[in-house]
Amino acid sequence: MENAVSTLPAFAPALPEIVMAAGSMLLLMYGVFRKTSSTAEVSWGAVLLFIVTAVVIVEQGDMRAVTFGGMFVVDPFTHFVKLLILLAAAASVIMSVTFIRREGMDRFEFPVLISLAALGMLMMVSANSLIALYLGIELQSLSIYVIAAFNRDSAKSSEAGLKYFVLGALSSGLLLYGCSLVYGFTGSIEFETIARLIGREPSSIGLIFGLVFILAAFAFKVSAVPFHMWTPDVYEGAPTPVTAFIIGAPKVAAMALIIRVLFTAFPTVSAEWKQVVVFVSIASMVLGAFAAIGQTNIKRLMAYSTIGHMGFALVGIAAGTSEGIRGVLIYLAIYVVMNAGVFCCILAMRRQGTQVESISDLAGLSRTQPMVAFIFAMLMFSLAGIPPLAGFFAKFYVFMAAVKAGLYALAVIGVLSSVVGAFYYLRIVKIMYFDEAAAPFERPMPGELTVVLGLSGLFTLFFFVYPAPLIMAAQTAAAALVP
Amino acid sequence: MTIGLSHYLTVAAILFTIGVFGIFLNRKNVIIILMSVELMLLAVNINLVAFSVFLHDLTGQVFAIFVLTVAAAEAAIGLAILVTYFRNRGSIAVEDVNLMKG
Repeated sequence: MENAVSTLPAFAPALPEIVMAAGSMLLLMYGVFRKTSSTAEVSWGAVLLFIVTAVVIVEQGDMRAVTFGGMFVVDPFTHFVKLLILLAAAASVIMSVTFIRREGMDRFEFPVLISLAALGMLMMVSANSLIALYLGIELQSLSIYVIAAFNRDSAKSSEAGLKYFVLGALSSGLLLYGCSLVYGFTGSIEFETIARLIGREPSSIGLIFGLVFILAAFAFKVSAVPFHMWTPDVYEGAPTPVTAFIIGAPKVAAMALIIRVLFTAFPTVSAEWKQVVVFVSIASMVLGAFAAIGQTNIKRLMAYSTIGHMGFALVGIAAGTSEGIRGVLIYLAIYVVMNAGVFCCILAMRRQGTQVESISDLAGLSRTQPMVAFIFAMLMFSLAGIPPLAGFFAKFYVFMAAVKAGLYALAVIGVLSSVVGAFYYLRIVKIMYFDEAAAPFERPMPGELTVVLGLSGLFTLFFFVYPAPLIMAAQTAAAALVP
Repeated sequence: MTIGLSHYLTVAAILFTIGVFGIFLNRKNVIIILMSVELMLLAVNINLVAFSVFLHDLTGQVFAIFVLTVAAAEAAIGLAILVTYFRNRGSIAVEDVNLMKG
C-alpha cells in the first residue's frame, strides 16, 4: 500500500483507455474547430480510433496486471470482452453515417459520444473495485442517455431519452446503495479483498442485501426481467443507429461486469446469487419469447428479442463454471454480430425519404431485394437458434454448460422458450417470402450498410465451418476468471 | 442515548425508500423525479460516510465525493434532456410521457 502512495501507479495496463480518452477529446476538438459540418470525418475518425485501440489491446497480449492501487485489472478476460465491445461500437458508428445525414441530425457530437460511451464500457470491463465499477457505468450511461435523445426535434426520441434517463438513474441509485452496504459489511471495495473477507465469516444479512441491490442494478443494465420495462420504449423511440448501438456493446459490457463481480468478489456466496440469476434468467427467456409475439414495430420486437437473449446468456452465468463463462462469451460475440446485421436491414427500410419501422413494411422483400431478404431470413433463423447457423452454437454452449452443472430444469425451460421464440422470427421470414409485395424500399442500399450486412451474414452462415478461433479465445478468457 | 451506526443506516434507508417511492408514486412532474433521484444518491452518501467513520477507513468518504460529482453531472444531463422534451411536447407532466406504450 505504501508503494502505491509513494510512487506513480503503472499506466501501461490502462493504455487502451488512455488512447481512447485522448482520441475522443481530439475528435471533439476537431469537430469544434472545423467550421463546416464534419460529422462524416469525425465518424470515420472514431472508427479509426476504435481500430487503434483494438491494436493496442492486441499488442498487450495475454498479460495479467492489476494497477491503480488494485482498482484496475487487465487479463485475458478483459482482453476478449474489450475487443468485442470495440467491434460492436465500430459497427454501429459505420452504420450511423448515412442515417444521421439523411435524418438531419448530423452533428459531430454523435460519434464523439459513442466513443465516450465505449470508453466507459472499457473501464467497466477492467473495473476491479466498486468505485471503478460505478465510474465506468456512469460514463457509459450518461453518454447513452444523451444519444438516445439525440434527434432533438423528434418527440419520440426525447421521450426515449427521458425514460432511459429516469430508469437509468434509478438503477444507479440501487447500485450505489448495494455498493455502500457491501462496503460497510466487508470493509473493502476491492473485489478480491471482498471475497477474502467474506470467506472468513459467515455471510451476514446486510451483505446479502447489498448483493441483491447490485444484482438488481445489473439486471437493469442488461434489461433482464423484472427490470426490463424501459427496454421496448427506449429501443422504439431512440434513433435507429442508437438502438443498434445500445442493443450490442452496453449489453456485452454489463454482462462482463456481472461475471467479474460475481466470480471475483462473491464466489463464496454463490449459493445465494445463483438462485437470483436462475430466476432472472428463466423470467427473461419466457417473457422475451411470449411478449414479442404481438409486436408490430420491428425495433420493439428486437427489444423483446434482446430480453430473451439476455436470459439465454444468463443461463451460462447460472451454471457458475468456467465452461458457463465460455458459453456466455461465445453467446455475446455471436449475438453482437447477428444484431449488427439485423440493424443494417432495419436501417435500409426507407420509403419516399422517410424511415419505416413496421414489420408489415417488409412484405414481399424477397421479390424486390432477394439478396437482402435472404441474409435477413438467415439472421432470423440464426436468432431463433436453428442449426447449422451461428445462433445455434451460441445456445448450444450455454445449455451444455447448464446441463453439466446439473441445472436440467433451466436448460429445458430455455430450449422450450427458444422454440416459442422461433415463432416470431419465422413470422418475419414468412412476411418477407409469402406475403403480397409492398412498395419496394429505396435503392441502392448505402455502401457501408451493405458491407456490414455482408460480413454479418457470412459470419452467421459459415461460423460452423471454422468455429475454433472464437471458442479457443473464449476458453482462454474464461479460464482467467475460473480456472 | 448515544447515536450509533444503526441510527445512521435507518435514516439513510428511510431517505432511500422515500426517493424510490417518489419516482414511482409521483404522477405530476418530471422535476420531482429528478429530486427523488438526488435524494436516493444522498441517502447512499449518508450510508457511505457512516460506514467510513465506524470502520475507521477513508475509502467510504472518497467514494461519497465521487458520488457527489457524478450526481452533479447526472442532474445536468437530466435537465438538458428535460428541456428538449419540453420543447417537443410543451409539458413535463408525468402522465403525458406516453407516446410509446409497453
